[in-house]
Amino acid sequence: MPGLLEVSGLKAGYGPTHVLHGLDFRVDEGGVTALLGANGAGKTTTLRAICGMVRTEGEIAFRGEALNGRATEDIVRRGIAHVPDGRGTFMELTVEENFRLGAYVRNDREVLSDFDRMCEWFPRLRQRWRQQAGTLSGGEQQMLAIARALLLRPKLLLLDEPSFGLAPLIVQEIFGIMRRVRAESGVGILLVEQNANLALELADLAYLLETGTIVMSGIAAEIRQDEAIRRSYLGY
Amino acid sequence: MSASKGLPADIAIPESTARVGTPAWQRAVWVVLGIAVAAAPIFVLESFHLFQLTMAVIMALAVLGLNIVTGYNGQISLGHGAFFAVGAYCTAIFMSHYDWSFWATLPISAAVCAALGFAIGFPALRLAGHYLALTTFSLAVAVPQILKHKSIEDWTGGVQGLFLVKPDAPAGLPLSADQWMYVVTVIVAGACFLLVSNLIRSRIGRALMATRDHPTAAEAMGMDIGSLKTRAFAVSAMITGIAGSLSAVAIEFVAPDSFSFGVSISLFVGMVVGGVASVLGSLFGGLFVLFVPNIAEAISKAAPGVIYGVILIAFLFLLPDGFAGLLRRVAARLRR
Amino acid sequence: MDGLAHQIVAGIATGGIYASVALAIVMIYQATHHVNFAQGEMATLSTFIAWSMVQAGMPYWVAFFATIAVSFAIGVVVERILIRPVANAPVLTMVGVFIGLLLIIGNATGWIFGYTTKVFPSPFASEKPLFGGLVSAHELGSTAVTLTVLTLVWAFFRFTKLGLAMRAAAYNPRSARLVGIRVGWMLALGWGLAAAIGAVAGMMVAPVVFLDPTMMLGILLYAFAGALMGGIDNPAGAVLGGFTVGVLENLAGAYVVGTELKLTVALAIIIGVLLVRPSGLFGRVVFSRV
Repeated sequence: MPGLLEVSGLKAGYGPTHVLHGLDFRVDEGGVTALLGANGAGKTTTLRAICGMVRTEGEIAFRGEALNGRATEDIVRRGIAHVPDGRGTFMELTVEENFRLGAYVRNDREVLSDFDRMCEWFPRLRQRWRQQAGTLSGGEQQMLAIARALLLRPKLLLLDEPSFGLAPLIVQEIFGIMRRVRAESGVGILLVEQNANLALELADLAYLLETGTIVMSGIAAEIRQDEAIRRSYLGY
Repeated sequence: MSASKGLPADIAIPESTARVGTPAWQRAVWVVLGIAVAAAPIFVLESFHLFQLTMAVIMALAVLGLNIVTGYNGQISLGHGAFFAVGAYCTAIFMSHYDWSFWATLPISAAVCAALGFAIGFPALRLAGHYLALTTFSLAVAVPQILKHKSIEDWTGGVQGLFLVKPDAPAGLPLSADQWMYVVTVIVAGACFLLVSNLIRSRIGRALMATRDHPTAAEAMGMDIGSLKTRAFAVSAMITGIAGSLSAVAIEFVAPDSFSFGVSISLFVGMVVGGVASVLGSLFGGLFVLFVPNIAEAISKAAPGVIYGVILIAFLFLLPDGFAGLLRRVAARLRR
Repeated sequence: MDGLAHQIVAGIATGGIYASVALAIVMIYQATHHVNFAQGEMATLSTFIAWSMVQAGMPYWVAFFATIAVSFAIGVVVERILIRPVANAPVLTMVGVFIGLLLIIGNATGWIFGYTTKVFPSPFASEKPLFGGLVSAHELGSTAVTLTVLTLVWAFFRFTKLGLAMRAAAYNPRSARLVGIRVGWMLALGWGLAAAIGAVAGMMVAPVVFLDPTMMLGILLYAFAGALMGGIDNPAGAVLGGFTVGVLENLAGAYVVGTELKLTVALAIIIGVLLVRPSGLFGRVVFSRV
């Protein structure tokens, strides 16, 4: 079975500088792939490359179709939702308006029932329905960002460090919801995380990035078990 | 047009002295050559063309003033016509009401405009990019109305304006008033161009550009951005004011409607077309501002405006460093 | 006292014009962070287009709506051709392009239609004053039109999907792309809308100030003043600011400085607002937490 997203030989960079030096990885239909690595390893750039936000070389195939060179909005319209670093919520707009924007490209009748589903997954957002997104707490903003992305009804969800800057309890809550999203929605997820333990718990496949190169990859559960890898690469 | 032939060498005066490492004798040759070329039009051109050339040099000086604050220091002014007008009116008022000589009014114009520029520079500090452009734009639009106002009519002559008379050449010089005016303009403008090109190459000049390009870094390095910017505004206003002062005498007349916001816009267009942040470019700008509308007016009254706009946008799209930048690149290619 | 009441009412009528142009400026400012110095000239051109349609025998309201459509198209085309290529250029370049646009449109208008002052018809024809001389039919009618336009624009941004997408594109273009909004087209639409609003303002003010190529220059200044007073990134504030400066202008003209200093009053308001409260009286406060 071909993967949902198959990337091979991906190079990308800003201006003359190359950040990625030929990556190969995949995300399966309904599966979770984790990209691990330290700051500056190129994780965020990888997500940006998939969304056409940086200049790229190499193959990016989404459901068998090449994404290279397409505009971000066209890639999004094909079913890839991205929760970028900095979350990409609309601070000046209300939670409701952020929801409506999340479903901007959809014309089906199930948008409203999806709103309800998001509010069930993220009950805090229902309480903040008419509030400006900028007034939400960091955790609530992260939830809003994820809900906003899921409202696209994507085939693939790109998540950039959902735990960033959040208290451990909130992180637990968000990853709890992510497991539920995974079970109930069937969306494929490409997860970028510094918190390897959490990410490996959720993921099927994992890739470890170091300065723009994949230095190790494998089944997430096996990596978790492997004491040596954990000590030498993941440091916990 | 024979006038334009003489000019490139004329320009070479500030440029050649600027080149570090040129042997002294070579520099001397350039200066002598420059003076010769600058003086040539006196003997070659008939009076009307000489007058036009005088005005072109004056406009170049005004563009130079604008270039200091907008080009080198990055504070966008769309209202430099106001300083041009104040300079012109200062000279006109002292010459026509009090019979002062032109030379005596020149420092007063310069001082008044410098003070005004300094005063405007303060509120301008708080206005980033567009706000300053917007405010100075509004100033430019309001200038004629302020000049016409009846409370200052006794001095300004209201809508009628003021008439004045060109000074005669000093006894013993066999020059007509027009020729003498040209000499005076070239001397004053030449002095200002030298002053500014030296200023730009000095520590202060580098500081001006540093505050334009990297304000935070400049401040971190201990530059007093506020005082730099206000002083840049003062010098800029002073230079443009001196140009205004010269123009009042050259035209022998000032009136509110000759200082419409079109003057401010012309200076801005001249700066962009000549070359932003270029002393040499200011000279091209002056020539452009004076001669292009003359040519275009032959087509229609509205033509200069439309052509101005088209050329302005064309330069911004294709030659953002202006005519001076184009020359620089051509010269660099030839030298290689 | 009647005099004062009349000045205020007249001020509200002109204020509606300023509010419309201020809104047009703020819409473009919000989306691009640039001030469109050519907004006034674009409105003047639109008004001349309406004038020539009426001259050609078209009924007023047909010409009115046709002008709005044409102006919208002009706005979109200008954005696509002139503004798009320099979208990421330095401020000086952008200001230069706007000045170039002002020169081209302003002078082309004069070139095509001539510089003689023209009488522009009002659809609210009767010259006889209403409510015991308090207000003229045109003042009442034009205020109604501008208020209708402002309400429609507000409803468009508040309630429609497209309006929401345009706001999103203005606030945060990067995130807007990530929800599939075609940001480039939203900017072009914004320009079209701004041009259309300006056209209505031009058609409403032309019967009062008469039509000539420089008609909008003073109005643009007051629109700047209104926009700054309301906070240049706040559409509702700009509208309020527009009405406020309209009333201020009329009162100042009637009781303080006379009409010869109209433009100077606008300049004074601009400088005053920028010195005292640069974010405007109704400047929007955005909360942000990490």
